[in-house]
Amino acid sequence: MADGSIGTPAIGASVRRREDYRFLTGQGTYTDDINRPGQVYAYILRSPHANARIGGIDTSAAASSPGVVAVFTGKDLEADGIGGLPCGWLINSKDGSPMAEPPHPVLVTDRVRHVGDHIAVVIAETLGQARDAAERIDIDYAVEPAVVDSVAALRPGAPLVWEQAPGNVCYDWHLGDSAAVETAIGKAARVVKLDLVNNRLVPNAMEPRAAIGEFNRATGEYTLYTTSQNPHVIRLLMGAFVLHIPEARLRVVAPDVGGGFGSKIYHYAEEAIVTWAAAKVRRPIKWTADRSESFMSDAHGRDHVTHVELALDADAKFLALKVSTLANMGAYLSTFSTCIPTYLYGTLLAGTYTTPAIYVETKAVFTNTVPVDAYRGAGRPEATFLLERIVDLAADELGIDPAELRRRNFIARDAFPYQTPVALQYDSGDYQTTLDMAMEAAGYAGFEARRREAAGRGKLRGIGIATYIEACGIAPSAVVGSLGARAGLFESAAVRVHPTGSVSILTGSHSHGQGHETTFAQLVSDHLGIPIDSIEIVHGDTAKIPYGMGTYGSRSLAVGGSAIIKAMDKVIAKGRKIAAHLLEAAEADIEFKDGEFTVAGTDRSKSLGEVALTAYVPHNFPHDELEPGLDETAFYDPKNFTFPSGAHIAEIEIDPDTGHLTVLNFTASDDFGRIVNPMIVAGQVHGGLAQGIGQALLEGCVYDTETGQLLTGSYNDYAMPRAADFPNFVLSTHVTLCTHNPLGVKGCGEAGAIGAPAAIANAIVDALKHLGVRHVEMPATPERLWRTIQEHQTRAAAD
Amino acid sequence: MYEFDYHRPTSLDDAAGRLSDEDAKLVAGGMTLIPTLKLRLAKPTQLIDLGALPGLTGITEDGDSVVIGGMTRHADVNRSEVVKRVVPALAAMAGLIGDPAVRNRGTIGGSIANNDPAADYPAGVVALNATVRTNKREIAADDFFTGLFETALEPGEIVTAVRFPKVAMANYQKFRNPASRYAIVGVFVARTSAGVRVAVTGAGASVFRVPAMEAALTASFTADAIKDIAIPDDGLNSDIHASAEYRAHLVTVMARRAVAACG
Amino acid sequence: MQKTVSLTVNGKPATATVEGRTLLVQLLRENLGLTGTHVGCDTSQCGACVVHVDGEAIKACTLLAVQAEGRNVLTIEGVADGDTLHPMQEAFRNNHALQCGFCTPGMVMSALDLVKNNPKPTEKEVREYLEGNLCRCTGYHNIVLAIIEGATVMRGETPPVAPHGPAHGVAAE
Ligand SMILES: Cc1cc2nc3c(=O)[nH]c(=O)nc-3n(C[C@H](O)[C@H](O)[C@H](O)COP(=O)(O)OP(=O)(O)OC[C@H]3O[C@@H](n4cnc5c(N)ncnc54)[C@H](O)[C@@H]3O)c2cc1C
Ligand code: FES
Ligand code: FES
Repeated sequence: MADGSIGTPAIGASVRRREDYRFLTGQGTYTDDINRPGQVYAYILRSPHANARIGGIDTSAAASSPGVVAVFTGKDLEADGIGGLPCGWLINSKDGSPMAEPPHPVLVTDRVRHVGDHIAVVIAETLGQARDAAERIDIDYAVEPAVVDSVAALRPGAPLVWEQAPGNVCYDWHLGDSAAVETAIGKAARVVKLDLVNNRLVPNAMEPRAAIGEFNRATGEYTLYTTSQNPHVIRLLMGAFVLHIPEARLRVVAPDVGGGFGSKIYHYAEEAIVTWAAAKVRRPIKWTADRSESFMSDAHGRDHVTHVELALDADAKFLALKVSTLANMGAYLSTFSTCIPTYLYGTLLAGTYTTPAIYVETKAVFTNTVPVDAYRGAGRPEATFLLERIVDLAADELGIDPAELRRRNFIARDAFPYQTPVALQYDSGDYQTTLDMAMEAAGYAGFEARRREAAGRGKLRGIGIATYIEACGIAPSAVVGSLGARAGLFESAAVRVHPTGSVSILTGSHSHGQGHETTFAQLVSDHLGIPIDSIEIVHGDTAKIPYGMGTYGSRSLAVGGSAIIKAMDKVIAKGRKIAAHLLEAAEADIEFKDGEFTVAGTDRSKSLGEVALTAYVPHNFPHDELEPGLDETAFYDPKNFTFPSGAHIAEIEIDPDTGHLTVLNFTASDDFGRIVNPMIVAGQVHGGLAQGIGQALLEGCVYDTETGQLLTGSYNDYAMPRAADFPNFVLSTHVTLCTHNPLGVKGCGEAGAIGAPAAIANAIVDALKHLGVRHVEMPATPERLWRTIQEHQTRAAAD
Repeated sequence: MYEFDYHRPTSLDDAAGRLSDEDAKLVAGGMTLIPTLKLRLAKPTQLIDLGALPGLTGITEDGDSVVIGGMTRHADVNRSEVVKRVVPALAAMAGLIGDPAVRNRGTIGGSIANNDPAADYPAGVVALNATVRTNKREIAADDFFTGLFETALEPGEIVTAVRFPKVAMANYQKFRNPASRYAIVGVFVARTSAGVRVAVTGAGASVFRVPAMEAALTASFTADAIKDIAIPDDGLNSDIHASAEYRAHLVTVMARRAVAACG
Repeated sequence: MQKTVSLTVNGKPATATVEGRTLLVQLLRENLGLTGTHVGCDTSQCGACVVHVDGEAIKACTLLAVQAEGRNVLTIEGVADGDTLHPMQEAFRNNHALQCGFCTPGMVMSALDLVKNNPKPTEKEVREYLEGNLCRCTGYHNIVLAIIEGATVMRGETPPVAPHGPAHGVAAE
C-alpha cells in the first residue's frame, strides 16, 4: 500500500490490480496448471495435408502401444451420435437464400480439409506415450489439390472444399442502398478507387489452448476446464449441440486464461473430445496445445480482399462509398465466423463520416485453411483500414491535407444521435476533438521540418492519421436476433451481500487479462459505498455464476458492468425496504448513499452491513412483505451498441537502402466514454496498438498456394511483435458519455487494433507518395517496402 | 521428443568413443538440438552431453590470437575482455545471436558444427580466417563449412576450440529475420594482414566469401569501393521473408555498412 | 530410461524421477508442482519458461531435466520474500506491466537477469534485452516502465511516480 488509501477509490482512479499478486508470484491457475487425480493425456492426430480423401484409418498399432488407454476416431463419435460444432450466426445471401452451412465434425471421417484438421485422438498415461502412439496410426490418404486464397477459390475449376457450397461460396451478402450509391458515383466530381488486402493473422494468445475433461460416474456430472472467454457459451454449444448433455450435468470452468483476443471465444473440437472421452475411459483427460498446434487449429483472423470506391463532390464532401469484399472463411464455419465480415464489418463503413450513401457486398469463401473468426476488433479493423486508406488516398489525389479532408466530413459533435446509412445509430461522439488532441500531441503541424531533417539523413519519413469508430458492447439481443444471431447477447450478474456486509459479485463476463477483479470491484465500491477489500469478483465457472455470455467485443464493462449495476440497484431497493422497517420510516423516505440507508433529513441510518445482517438473521423482519436474504440477480440487455471512437497518428521512418522501417512515434486519442480505471484502459490501448502495428508491419499468415501447407507455422516464420519494435505510446482520452447504459461507458479493448493498421499504412504511403506510391499492402515488410521503392524509382526514371 | 539414453562423459575420448553409435548425438548448449528434438525432427538413441568435459570452455589469449573453447557460450564471448580487445567485432557479433537466454546456453562449437545457413558465427569464423580445432586435427575456416548444415567434421569428431587471429579492423552487420531473428543477411568484413576478407551468411546455403569485394577493398578500404559490386542472385536463398534478389541487394548494403563502421 | 535428478529449487533440495527426454520445465511443473513457469511455444522463442539456473536466465523448455542435476534453480515462486513482493514484482504491479499474466513469470525472471548484468538500463537496452520474451497483451510499454522502475528501486534509489499516479486502493492480496 503506497498511500494507505484502502477505502472506496472513486471511479476514475488507477487502482492497482488485485489479480496481480497471484500472477506475479506464479500462483495463477491456468488450465494446464490443473491436474486431476488419475489424469491421462490426449494427443490429437492432425492432418499433414490440406485436402485429402481418407481411404482408411488403422489405429491398431497405436492402441497397443505402451501406456495407451484408448484411441478414438470420428467413427467412434458418430456411433455415439455426437454432433458437429455449430455455427452461431445465420447469414442470408442477397437473394434471401441461407448460407451454405456444411458440417463441422469433431473428428473427420472421410476427408481432411486443412492442414491441422482433427483425425484421431490418442489417450495415454503420459503425453509422450500418446504422441509416440499417434505416429503409429496408419492413414490412407488420397491427396488432392487444395485452394487457400479466396480469389483463387472463386476461379472456375478451383478445387471444391464442400459439395454443399458450389463455387466455394458460403454466402453472398449485401447491405445498403446500391442504387443511391450508383447515382451518387454518377454525379460525383471525383471517384477514388483502391484494391486492398487485409492480411490474415494468427491470434497467438501466449497461453496455448488447453482442456481437461472429467466425468463423475457417481453423479453423472461432466466437468470441462477450458481456456475460454465464455464458459457458459461453451456449455450451451457443447452441451446442446455436440454432446447432448443437459446443462445441469455439465460444468464448464474457465480459470485464469492467458489472453484470448477472440481466439478463445469459440467452441473447439478438443473441448468436446476430452469431455466425451473422459466418460469413455472413466478418467480425467488433459489436452494442451503445442504452439505448432495453435497455429494450425486456433481460429485465424481477418483475410479480406477488397475493392473500394469513394465518391466526392467538388467541395471534397463524401457522397458515396462502395465496397466489395471477399472474406476467407477457411474450411469450416467457426462459431461466430459468419457475422464478422457482414454485420460487424459492413455496418461500420460510415466510420466517423457523414457519407450519405453506402453499399457493401461480401462474398464469404471456403478454402482449405484453418477457420477464420473474430480476432481483436473483428470486422471493425477491416472496415477502418479500407475507409481510412481511401480517405487518405482521396486527400492525396485532391491535394488536401488528410486532416482537413476528415474535418470536412466528420459527423459533427451536435449531430447525435446519428443514423448511418448502414443500420447503426451512433449515440455520442466528438471526432474532431480527438483528432485535434492527437494532432497536437503528435506535433502534426511541425512534421514537414522533421521530414526534411530525415531526408537529409537519407531517410524517408512519413506521418499517418487514422480515425475510427467501433461498435462495441455487443449487443441488443433483439437486433442481433433479427440479423441471424442464434444466441442472445445480454449479460448477467448476481450481487450476493453476505451477512456481515461483504459482497460477492458473480459475473458472466470473463477476465483473461482485462482486470475485471479490479475494475468491477471499483464499480461496486463506488455504487454500494463499501471498501474494495470486502468485494469479491467471481467469474469463469458455470457452477458458480447464474449465466453469462462472456467477454469479447469490448462488452464486459458496457454490458457486464451494467448488469452488475442493475443487480446492485435491486439490492439497494430491497435494502431500503429493510432499512425502512428497521428505522420505522416510510420506504419512500429512505435514501441510500455511501453505504448508509438514511431517513431523509435526519441522522438516523443503518449501514449496508446492518441491513444485511437483518436480512440473514431475520429475527425482527417484515416477513409479510419481504423474503430474508440479500442476494439479487439481474440480466442486462443493451439498448444499443456503444461507439468508442478516436484518432491515431503514426510517425515512421524508412531506410530506403533496406526497406527497414522504424516506428518513431505513435499517438492515440480515444473516446471510451466514462473511464473507470485509466491505468487498465491505457494497458488495453497499448496491447491493441501492438497488435495493430504488428498487423501493419510484421504479421501475416502465409499458406503455400500449391500444397496448402502453412508456411508460417511457428515463431520462426510468423513474426510476433517484440519490445524493440515499438516506441513508447502517447495516449490521451476525451470523454463523451454513452447515452444508453447506466455507466456511460463505451469499451476500450479493441480500439488500438482498429486504428493502428491504417495509421501506419497511411504513414508509409505518406513517406513514399513523392515516388507515386498509392498503397502498400500489409504487412509492410522490409522487402515489400524496398521493392515498392525500387519499382517506383525505376518507373519515375523511365518517365 | 522421442526417448533416448543420456550420457554425460567426463573425458573427450569417452565422448568420441560413444559417437561410434551412428544414432548418437552430441549436445552442447542444446539451443538448436533440443528444439529439433522437441519437434520430433531428429531421433537420436543416445545424447552425449559435452557439458562435463574439462578444458572445452574458456577464452585465452595466445600470442597474436584468441582461442575460444568449443563449449564457450555466446554470452561469454560477448562479455569477454580478451575478445573485446583482440577481435571486438566478434564479441559484438556474439551479442547479436538470439536472445539473452539463448546466449546463456548456446556455444560456438555447437553453432559452427550445426552450420545453419542463417547462423552468425560462420561469417565470423570465415572472415576472421579462424582455425577450427577438433579432437583429431585443425581445419582452416575456408575448408570447414561445406554446405547446407554440412561441415568438414567427420563422424566422431568434436570441435574443441576455435582460434581467431588478431585483425586490424573488422565489423559485422546483420539484417535480422523479423520472425526468427537469425540473419536474413549477415556480412562480416575483416581487414587482415593477408588482405580483406568478406564473409556472407544468411544469403546462401552456407557461408561464402565475395572475392570481388575483397579485391576492391584490398585496393581501397572504403564503402564506396564496393558500392557497385552486386553479387548474382542465382542460387541464393529465397523464402517468404526475403527473395534471392533482395538478399543479393542486402549483401552489398550490409558490406558497405560494415566497411563504413570499421571507421 | 528413468533417471533420478537432484537439484536445488528456490533454495530447497528437490529430487525427481524423470525420463531422459523430460525437460526442466516439465520437472518443475509436473514433478514439483511449480506451475508458475509457463510454456508458450515449442521452438524456444517466447520466454514464458525463463528461470534462473545457477544465477543465469535460461529457457526451462530447452534444458533437459537431467542437465539440471546438481544445479541451483530459481523460479518465479522463489522471487518474493515470503509475502513481500520483490521490488521488480512490485514495479510490475505498480506499472500495470501484466494483463493475462501468462508471460509475466518469464518477464520478471528476464528482468532480474538484465538488472544483474546492467543495473541501470536505458529504455532502449530494456527493449533490446526483451528480445526473447513475447507478450501479446501489454504492447510491452508498461513492462519497459516497470523494469526501469524495478531496477531503480533495486539500486536503492527512489523511482519517479508511476505514470498512472500513486498507487490507489488495494493492498496485495
Ligand atoms: C530462439 C533462438 C534464437 C536463435 N538465434 C540465433 C541467431 O540469431 N543466430 C545464430 O547464429 N544462432 C541462433 N540460434 C542458435 C544458437 O546460436 C545455437 O546456440 C547454436 O546454433 C547451436 O549451439 P548449441 O551449443 O546450442 O548446440 P546444440 O544445439 O547443442 O548442438 C547443435 C548441433 O551441433 C552438434 N555439436 C554441438 N557441439 C558440438 C561440438 N563441440 N563438436 C561437434 N558437434 C557439436 C550437435 O550434435 C548438434 O547437431 C538461436 C537459437 C534459438 C533457440
Ligand atoms: S516455452 Fe517458449 S521459450 Fe520456452
Ligand atoms: S500479460 Fe498476457 S502475454 Fe503478457
